Amino acid sequence: MTEDKDRNETPQGQAAEERGDYVTHAKSIGSWLFSLDHKRIGILYAVTVAIAFLLGGVFALLVRAELLSPGEDFLSAQSYNQMFSLHGIVMVFGFIIPAIPGFLGNFLLPLHLGAKDVAFPRLNLASYYLYLLGVALILVAMVAGSVDTGWTFYTPYSARTGPSVLFLTMAVFIAGFASIFTGINFIVTVHKMRAPGMTWNRLPLFVWSIYSTSIVQVLATPVLGITVLLLFLERLLHIGIFDPALGGDPILFQHFFWFYSHPAVYIMILPGFGIVSELIATFSRQRIYGYMAIALSSVAIALLGFLVWGHHMFVAGQSVVSSVIFSLITYLIGIPSGIKVFNWIATMYKGSISFKTPMLYALSFLVLFTIGGVTGIMVGVLAVDVHLHDTYYVVGHFHYVMVGGTTIALLGGLHYWWPKITGRLYNEAAGRLAALLVFVGLNLTFFTQLVMGSRGMPRRYNDYLPEFTFLHQLSTVGSWIMGAGLFLVAIYLLVSLFRGKKAGANPWGGATLEWTHTGPRPDPHNFHRTPFVTRGPYEFDRIPELVAAHRDETPPDAQQNVHLNQDRT
Amino acid sequence: MTGSFWLPDGASTLSSDIDSLFYFVTWASIILFAGVTAAIAYLAYRYRRRAGAASARVKPSKIVEISWVVLPTILVLVVFNWGFRLFIEQSVAPPNAYEIYARGAMWKWDFEYPTGSVSTNELHVPVDRPVRLVMSSEDVLHSFFVPAFRVKQDVLPDRYSSVWFEATRVDTFQVFCTEYCGAGHSVMLASVITHSQGDFEAWLASAGVDEDTPLPELGAQLYQQQACFACHSLDGTAVIGPSFAGLYGKTETLDDGSTALVDDDYLRESIVDPGAKIVEGYQNVMQPYAGLSDRELSALIAFIREQE
Repeated sequence: MTEDKDRNETPQGQAAEERGDYVTHAKSIGSWLFSLDHKRIGILYAVTVAIAFLLGGVFALLVRAELLSPGEDFLSAQSYNQMFSLHGIVMVFGFIIPAIPGFLGNFLLPLHLGAKDVAFPRLNLASYYLYLLGVALILVAMVAGSVDTGWTFYTPYSARTGPSVLFLTMAVFIAGFASIFTGINFIVTVHKMRAPGMTWNRLPLFVWSIYSTSIVQVLATPVLGITVLLLFLERLLHIGIFDPALGGDPILFQHFFWFYSHPAVYIMILPGFGIVSELIATFSRQRIYGYMAIALSSVAIALLGFLVWGHHMFVAGQSVVSSVIFSLITYLIGIPSGIKVFNWIATMYKGSISFKTPMLYALSFLVLFTIGGVTGIMVGVLAVDVHLHDTYYVVGHFHYVMVGGTTIALLGGLHYWWPKITGRLYNEAAGRLAALLVFVGLNLTFFTQLVMGSRGMPRRYNDYLPEFTFLHQLSTVGSWIMGAGLFLVAIYLLVSLFRGKKAGANPWGGATLEWTHTGPRPDPHNFHRTPFVTRGPYEFDRIPELVAAHRDETPPDAQQNVHLNQDRT
Repeated sequence: MTGSFWLPDGASTLSSDIDSLFYFVTWASIILFAGVTAAIAYLAYRYRRRAGAASARVKPSKIVEISWVVLPTILVLVVFNWGFRLFIEQSVAPPNAYEIYARGAMWKWDFEYPTGSVSTNELHVPVDRPVRLVMSSEDVLHSFFVPAFRVKQDVLPDRYSSVWFEATRVDTFQVFCTEYCGAGHSVMLASVITHSQGDFEAWLASAGVDEDTPLPELGAQLYQQQACFACHSLDGTAVIGPSFAGLYGKTETLDDGSTALVDDDYLRESIVDPGAKIVEGYQNVMQPYAGLSDRELSALIAFIREQE
């Protein structure tokens, strides 16, 4: 903080020129790989997460291609099982858990708070390298013989199949620590690093969601660590914990596993909620309807999320009483998610809605997450879940939430903050086309899975009865359309890196600090002086140049007299 | 395909109740979804960005906010209660249920009847009478799923789980394994064959006794029934175990480097005690098939001998 005071005395413009922004101020490879700057660490995450997403996506396309017709086509049963296992493991542990907190969370949290960095920058870098080591170990396990247990590692199968399960459990164990460290770091940052005037009810909703996610990460991940460690010890030392052949209990493993993995579903979706709140507010140019309801429902979801794991086990052999209780609590957690959707929709009321690419993703999210939510209610119904459990209905539901929810939100966030991160604009027409392709492909892929599942198609089958052929083919075609959309996104974003039009500091008219208080790309230390916050995150009517811009219909960045980095808020 | 868009035809006493609940939730979901989509479309169009029209401040209304907490809560509690009552019916078998013992193994189902007969991958049951399966697994987790009956229950090693149903018509119904169990998971299929009470008793009396079928033909039946096909192909492709094509009379290299001639004795040992000799390049994963009669063993060997 003293440093900031000193800096206040130098004229801002001159200081900015000397330092350059966070990308240009240092150029060596080492300055990226060992950077303690949260923004650069965010970029490191982005690159790694993108590679994991590409890998997981290729595995998914291979799985869908094999399912194009019944019987073994180009993958043997064994290779198919490895393929869907790797798809699940890479997507869950390599992509969807770290993606939003690691990439956008790192990049934005300090900017949103008006802070210079996260509370523990070194720990932040350590988290990244632990995560990278985890991903590397997954790749080693793949090369060393691969794994065919599914991402759930259910015992006793996982105790008997090939030895590369050991690499994988280690990978998950290590990646888990990355998650815990990031969680601790973010919680402390939100508590201790807020700028003056940044009260709890002025936090952007993205911060609330990342904060809730961090609580879950810190409380739940250790259980996963202990579970995979026990699995590891059982394999290595033959002490009976989960394997009945050694006197262990396979249902105990499922309890432990879901005690982590159900809250983990909220680790995956809560940050997505945060992004959607930002997108809908900015592109509707409207205050979030029921700000506190959305903020606190994230916290409620984070806490209730710990009490519902047993709904994965209605037919696994747990007691009927447990199943009933878990079902009841499962419904209670549906309520805060519903509140959010209704509040987001109400935010559009009397707004001024612009349909730029990020907003298209936000609207897709509302539609797709609603399908994910109502199918979630369906699989929570005790008697009906008996029929639907372990069929493609569950696969469809899960993907509507994880792809239709989290991944769509991530894509929306990526497009929204792309100009802030890279200083460039992407091609808007290509962006809209890709959003449409992804939306259509996603529905074709996963809605057909809902239908074939309730008709009885079990999951994790490399071969199927001829009656399911048509639905499987539709689903596979859907995966191609979605793949084409995502490929298009990759292309125009890469093109924009080199040829994109230079972006202004606030191309969308956002009202959070990263838009109003930093340049096109933020300064290495984020703000030239610590912002003094006097308004909420969505008070668009209190940003003078936005109001002015609206009057004469020019985007705010086109005006030359935008006064950045001034304490006018 | 038979059945509706969403569900296959039901064939148990509970299936129509479960379907009613499924459709209630589906229609409630469709109405909710239509409402949400319509609201989004209307607001998106009505408040699209236009020159000169700024957004107006909206003061959140307490009544609106409370209503969308309370109404969904009531709706889900109704659904919970309905699902709960049906679940209790599903979980508690009627006391007069006919009990059959079911055993899952990689990758087949054995069903043992009170008379002592055993059938593999074919479960024979009477209609209009509750049947309770007491199930366990010989190796890893499996799950017994009959879509037409809307029943499913995981099957665990060293522990009994049970499932009950009362079939309402005479037909053949598909059984799936729905807990992932390795390379043969998707071929771990079986059928439930329902009979009228009289036919069922007749079937039970004749079950397991086969003195007339010629050996190779019986062997071919056993190859299907015992699910040998899950691991042993007839066309020469190596699946999980060696293919039966051209197997007889061949000299195999074993995993300890020694060799063995595939003759009658070798085949018999490989069926009854599969771990004794493992061919190089394969895993020791086969279960011993000790329950086969001498005639059945001879039949399988005769069948394998015919595969060239």
